[in-house]
Amino acid sequence: MTSSVSKGCFVFKSASKKRKRHIGVGGYLVDDSDENGCDRFTICQKLWETVQMNTEVIQDQLNKKVLDSLAEFIKKPGLACSSDVWRQRGSEIPTAALMLGVNVPDHAMTFRSLCNLLQDSVTPFVVSVHAKECAAVKLLIQKVLEQLMGRGVSVDEEQEDDTALLQKTQCTISALCQWYKTVTKERRRQENKCTQVSPKRKENLAKNDLPVVVIFKDFEAFNSQVLQDFILICSRYTQELPFVFIFGIATSPSAIQHRLPHSVSSLLCIEVFHSLSCTQHLASVFDKLILNSQFPFKLSSRVIQVLVGIFLYHDFSVQNFVKGLQFSMLEHFNSQPLSVLCCQKHEALLSAKILSKQNVERIRHLPSFMRYVETQEPQEQVRLLTNDEHVKEVCQKLLKNLHTYHKNYYPILQCLHSLTSSLPKFPLGKHIRELHVSCIEKNLWETEEYDSALQLLRILAKDELVAALRSCAEILKSANTKRMQNVLQQLEDFLGRLEALQGVSSEDSSGNGVVSAKMEYQRTDLFQLQKTLLEKESRRTKRMNPFEVLRSQVIDFIDSLVREYLTPAEFQPLNEVCYYSSSGVLRQRLNVTPRTSIQAALTHPFYYLKNESLKTNTGTISSAAPDLCIVYKLHLECGRLINLYDWLEAYVTVMSAAEDQDTNSEECGKFDSLKHARFIQAVSEMEFLGFVKSTKQKTDHVARLTWGVVILTERRWQLHRNWPVYGYLHCLL
Amino acid sequence: MSHQKSFQYADLLSVLERVVDIMSAPDQYSYPSVFIYGHRATGKSHVVLSIMKDLELPHASVDCVECVSSGLLFHQVLSAFFGPDAAALLPRCPSLSDFVRLYKQMSSNSPATQTRYIILDRAERMRDMDFSLLPALLRLQELVNDNVTVILLSEIVWEKFRPNTGCFEPLLFHFPDYSKGKSLVQILSWDHHPSYTPELYASYINILLGVFFSVCRDLRELRHLAVLNFSKFCEPLEKGEAKESDIHKLWKNIEPHLQRAMQTVYLREVSSVQWEQQQMDEKEATTLRVLSAHAHIELPYYSKFLLIAAYLASFNPARTDRRFFLKSHGKIRKTNFLKKHEKTSNHLLGPKPFPLDRLMAIFYSVVDSRVAPTASIFSQISSLVTLQLLSQVGHDDQLDSPKYKCSVSLDFILAISRCVCVCVRLLDLLALSLVIQSQVVRQERSLFTAVSNLHLL
Repeated sequence: MTSSVSKGCFVFKSASKKRKRHIGVGGYLVDDSDENGCDRFTICQKLWETVQMNTEVIQDQLNKKVLDSLAEFIKKPGLACSSDVWRQRGSEIPTAALMLGVNVPDHAMTFRSLCNLLQDSVTPFVVSVHAKECAAVKLLIQKVLEQLMGRGVSVDEEQEDDTALLQKTQCTISALCQWYKTVTKERRRQENKCTQVSPKRKENLAKNDLPVVVIFKDFEAFNSQVLQDFILICSRYTQELPFVFIFGIATSPSAIQHRLPHSVSSLLCIEVFHSLSCTQHLASVFDKLILNSQFPFKLSSRVIQVLVGIFLYHDFSVQNFVKGLQFSMLEHFNSQPLSVLCCQKHEALLSAKILSKQNVERIRHLPSFMRYVETQEPQEQVRLLTNDEHVKEVCQKLLKNLHTYHKNYYPILQCLHSLTSSLPKFPLGKHIRELHVSCIEKNLWETEEYDSALQLLRILAKDELVAALRSCAEILKSANTKRMQNVLQQLEDFLGRLEALQGVSSEDSSGNGVVSAKMEYQRTDLFQLQKTLLEKESRRTKRMNPFEVLRSQVIDFIDSLVREYLTPAEFQPLNEVCYYSSSGVLRQRLNVTPRTSIQAALTHPFYYLKNESLKTNTGTISSAAPDLCIVYKLHLECGRLINLYDWLEAYVTVMSAAEDQDTNSEECGKFDSLKHARFIQAVSEMEFLGFVKSTKQKTDHVARLTWGVVILTERRWQLHRNWPVYGYLHCLL
Repeated sequence: MSHQKSFQYADLLSVLERVVDIMSAPDQYSYPSVFIYGHRATGKSHVVLSIMKDLELPHASVDCVECVSSGLLFHQVLSAFFGPDAAALLPRCPSLSDFVRLYKQMSSNSPATQTRYIILDRAERMRDMDFSLLPALLRLQELVNDNVTVILLSEIVWEKFRPNTGCFEPLLFHFPDYSKGKSLVQILSWDHHPSYTPELYASYINILLGVFFSVCRDLRELRHLAVLNFSKFCEPLEKGEAKESDIHKLWKNIEPHLQRAMQTVYLREVSSVQWEQQQMDEKEATTLRVLSAHAHIELPYYSKFLLIAAYLASFNPARTDRRFFLKSHGKIRKTNFLKKHEKTSNHLLGPKPFPLDRLMAIFYSVVDSRVAPTASIFSQISSLVTLQLLSQVGHDDQLDSPKYKCSVSLDFILAISRCVCVCVRLLDLLALSLVIQSQVVRQERSLFTAVSNLHLL
């Protein structure tokens, strides 16, 4: 594919649209002689609702702080009146620069809640404008007026006639000024009617006119001339009309200064507000939805990597991440019939009791279950393979085990993360998601990173160790299984012993030179400390002091915890019920490659059309294929410029190859108008797809625009053997 | 306020005499159009409007920025002279002739007893409106046959206005800049604080001008700065550490503060509210976060590479691509590798447009890992365009071969590449392209310093 198709935005609304269809028809999930499709669908729907609710709650929580401070900023009484009566200062428009991160589509939700918040608690006069609607100042002013005065009218029916008179010519800020005056007067009168306010408060009210908030949703996209003019105009009216601007900025605050000259930016009084970065947002979503034992649906390590990869490498969009999660949920419940067991514990146990014969058979075929069977006694094995009822019982037991595994897994994971996240160079990853991925992927304790992390832990200073263990204890307190309580007790026991050591070690340090030397090192870099300590240890076997003994006990204890609880999910029997693992499908769906799919469609039409007659060996051109495919394959053999006549001849030869066998070769070589027309159509389709382009260099020729694998290897280009390289590189030769 | 006005009159006496001359005989026909120009905040509109107010002359004052269409201008003029009812008679999209017709009709009902004035502020905007508007307004008197004068106020000279076809030449007036010693100090001193003596304030103004005069002559801005920093100036007095006569001590106290103000609040890097708050907090140590301090932008991983590729494509000549981005490029003789004009250019000339193909080719050779040409890669290009980090150039052939320019600075790219530089090769590439440009950058730097020195002088 060429530039023509490659340029542009590719929007995909994968999951949400599909779901709508499901609700209407009852779902894809029901078909295919599948008795519990409906159940799966309801489970999926319920889960999705919790996901949605949780993400909204998270978003609200995260935005609360910045939104509140924004509201506070706007409420700030009489910004203009605060200092002396003096013109320049008064005509400065208070402006909030709201930093939102580079993913613009994600801002919509923030702005929605901001609008609601402002309208509820600060002022009814809130306008939000998009750059797209405001290509000129006129349109911008019109938009502002429409939104403000329209609102006023909808409240008060009587005024409707007035606004109908409002012609386009009067679409000015001064008209808005008039309107604002009448509205505030009206409001005052009503307020006075409602409550007999004391004269003092009346004064206050008069001073604190409700501000008119204008939100520029995408500041960068605005035409800077339009913005400048608008700001200039508004600054003329600040005395009568208390404007407040909010710039939604995706890049950095310096964008304001890049867009606006000094003469304009001197009219603004800019304050910067930072919303939470998207990575933090992702982390909290991750904590809530994925590292949560309450949420039965799980993702395998590969799937997590795909989703996080899309986030980090491509879009920084939390919304897309959640969409991806939703999609994988749908995929899982659609493709895995046993996902009927993927729900809360008691429900899962109930449905395990009434598993159908088919599903029991499916369980027997699960790889994890087969592995489990192999570990059993031969007698038990026979029972498991023959007795359905027994399988159901075992299944219940295994499900229980799976749930307890999860319940223990997450607290220990968090503990390990809190222990290792402060180590230098983060051997186990900065974020808990990295640790989680490596834990469910393989045996963590077999990795080098884990070894180096433990080594670093073994040389922790005492205060650091105590602090880390304290935070672990905090985490474990919230875990409510028996085993975790046991662990907590042991941990607290260690903590007690460490504290008891306090007095002893300080006595020791006064007498023991080695220890005091070590105390000095505590302040320095941990790596140096490690190095020197290792040297010392290699030189002579030092007698360990009580703290060191205790420390190694603690670390051994943690190691044992990791080995016990952080086993990969793959080894858990029945993990397929909860874990969605087909990362390939996910990647194909979420990170689409239009170019490769078009090429696949053209070279192997069978792949999409599923017509038996289209099955061909690679390298041959079948006449049964659509014209476009034939023309495409023929053009692959040409150079940069393609002679249309030669191309046509080749096409006709292919087409008539099939006919050749039964008719005489008399007609061969002559092309009837039908074939001619089909060829022309196919070529114009090629042009539409961007593979060829008409050229002025030679008549009767078209220029080829893409270069495939063949050309590459021929030319011994070492760049990207498997990815088609653009015509540009070819032209360079 | 009133004495300030009188002061300005005195300062601009020579100009004013002539202006007032024109307006002195209100019952006679005046000169059809007057053009007044001068720098920002030299008192053009202030003088004209206060003359209008003081002499109670009938006038319509219009700011041309507000007139997004000529209809608005007509509307405002008519409603100022004949009341809103007259303005309502204008058709929906009034043309110039509509305006003239209506004006004639109205003025025949109520003929002018004295000269009417139409004052058009920021008249330079008129040039963007209908091309016939300006010539017509210049001889409006003739057209409507009424005693009316159009006063144009602008920051730029008349030569930039004159249409190709020629027009009626208005009377020109120039408002000169305020001189440092005389007028600025005196004007600024009118704002003096009631609780301090005018002498103290005058000396404060002198100190302030000493710092700011080299960068700013805008009266409004200077007044703004004067009020912002005065409390700081008075601090030693309030604390009793200095007397009003200790000018030197006060100067020592305020000077560094003003210097800092020049770098921050004057450039609006820090808003004036924040500046005041900081002064109140008294904590010198708390450094305010300056706007341009957060220049760092978090970008997705591949977006960073795309931006780097775009930068390389924009600033390196296309001929050099083969050398930089191919592993087995042929030997190129060093002597004529770069043509003469290429050696001197690049950074001074600014970014050059490049086609999408070239961007992608460089991108693929810059990125270490294998990247599928997914839709999201391409959509990142368009989001970079909306973020104004890239800009799209040219309007023809948008679909087939869009062209882009990289619109970020070298520093920005270096910061980004430092973030992603797991791969040493990329740094090499940047370095390679920089070697070529370093010469140029050095030239550019020296040029910049020269320019800023000039400005300071």
